Amino acid sequence: MNYKAFMAMLARDVRVARRNIVALLFQTFLQPLMFVFIFGRVMVGSGYMPPEYKSLLLPGIMALSMVGTGIWAVAMPLIAEFQFTREIEDRLLAPMDISWVAVEKVVAGTLQALAAGIMVIPFAWLLLRPGVDLSLHRPILFAVVALLVALFSACGGLALGCSVEQTHIGLMFSLVVAPMIFFGCTYYPWSALKNFPIMQKAVLVNPLVYASEGLRATLVPQFPHLSLLAVFVGLLGFNALLLTVGLRQFHKKAVS
Amino acid sequence: MAAGIRTNELRKVYNTAPPLAAGAGGFSFAEKRSKGKQPKPEVVALNGISLDIHSGEIFCLLGPNGAGKSTTVGVLTTRVKPTAGQAWIGEHEVWKEQSAVKRLIGVVAQRPNLDFSLTAREILVFHGAYFGLSSHERSSRAASLLERFKLTDRADQIVRGFSGGMMQRLSIARAMMHDPQVLFLDEPSAGLDPQTRLLLWEIIREYNHSGKTVLLTTHNMEEADALCQRLAIVDHGRIIALGTPTELKNSVPGGYLLRLRFGHHSPELLQRFQSLAGVREVRATENNGADLYADRGGSLVSEVANFALAANIELCDVHISEPSLENLFLHHTGRSLRE
Repeated sequence: MNYKAFMAMLARDVRVARRNIVALLFQTFLQPLMFVFIFGRVMVGSGYMPPEYKSLLLPGIMALSMVGTGIWAVAMPLIAEFQFTREIEDRLLAPMDISWVAVEKVVAGTLQALAAGIMVIPFAWLLLRPGVDLSLHRPILFAVVALLVALFSACGGLALGCSVEQTHIGLMFSLVVAPMIFFGCTYYPWSALKNFPIMQKAVLVNPLVYASEGLRATLVPQFPHLSLLAVFVGLLGFNALLLTVGLRQFHKKAVS
Repeated sequence: MAAGIRTNELRKVYNTAPPLAAGAGGFSFAEKRSKGKQPKPEVVALNGISLDIHSGEIFCLLGPNGAGKSTTVGVLTTRVKPTAGQAWIGEHEVWKEQSAVKRLIGVVAQRPNLDFSLTAREILVFHGAYFGLSSHERSSRAASLLERFKLTDRADQIVRGFSGGMMQRLSIARAMMHDPQVLFLDEPSAGLDPQTRLLLWEIIREYNHSGKTVLLTTHNMEEADALCQRLAIVDHGRIIALGTPTELKNSVPGGYLLRLRFGHHSPELLQRFQSLAGVREVRATENNGADLYADRGGSLVSEVANFALAANIELCDVHISEPSLENLFLHHTGRSLRE
């Protein structure tokens, strides 16, 4: 690996992200915070939801923001840069193995997803307070889960970004991202599906379930959640799978 | 030390439609659906290309669109994986030592593939950073290249709004940024105005004078003639002729065409032209004219004029056309026989 080239590519992505910071902030936070406001504030305030829902919702919203950001940050530039303009070519011609170009994209996406996850907590907390009961007793465990969630979002972005054509972006969101979010235990805990046993089993193929439940387990452990072992196995397994698929697809796109 | 280029029996067969300008294959739902239902169409892009380009040489690949020029460049620049055969840049085998090869080469693709999220200056500076140049080196080299390619006044603008010619100039500047030993230019002057084309030729010659190897593809005979020390004519993925521009032009019998017009028509005079050395064919044309197909051009004019003077026939007009890509290509592919 060529450390200098790798860092230069990371610096390039930071420069581009900084240039688009306002759009990026709106894109990352507007939808989750509107959701927080309506469900956490309006619905709870008007008595349609129990007050505990605020605490239950926050980790799910964090997972949602992170996964949305990571996928967007990696997949969209890749889709654009692999189009007929072939913008990525200058990085593919840099003196290092092209797999590292993909890995750099994953690292940049992971960093953005982590930033989104960390920033959404105070925003959401401000919108929801009072009555949010976060108990960060195991900060290291929380950090590891957050890192795995961010990595999952970036690896997912790599796999999707290298498998989808520009004309199919809409389809990607309606066929892959939207179902993943709705069946991803973001707005409800996995245990809430106990009355739907088939669905409860079926959603376990959705990596977002492990992300939401993992953050729930480390931020609001007082609520029922998937065991941390299941969360780690799920996230590590999906990360490895998505990275492998992503790298394979990247090679297919990069070399003809 | 400059590096040469060698290839040995390069073959490339695409299973899907070959990408434009040897870019990359793509994934699409349509392609997936057709899988298994019908045999994949095979397109042979390279069919045994063997080349030996000396270090410090300007070498041209000349041929029509789809001949395999861009695929050859793609293989040599690690962007296209050959189905068979080997390629070397200097001592490094392209598909085994990719990083070492990438350090030695600069590539200008057929279509500008600039990083549209960056400004012109940033494109050069980041490119330098990918190649490990120091911060000072990056900015000073970027500034001098921007100046050289007349882009200084737009240097800090995002390139999305640049004209085609400006993008092309910036692509070339970027390829030179890390001072590569071998420069690949895939149809570099396509879309450039004549003035910029001359600037580009000057820059390529200058770059070559510093000892660098240049491989360029073109379908413009004038360009090949003006720039190259040697060239290869490529068609259907094969090299059909290789040599210096003069050697190749001379290899076409009757490559020259003299279009003559006289004061009046004289079959006897045209008959006498047949006896001139190097004349292959004489055809009478309209308006007392004649076309002389010959393997020499200018040197025939005085002999033609003398014959006309001796026959007391006025020579009104002479036009010499030198061997062109068209007649060179027609000769080498034999396609003119089928037409």
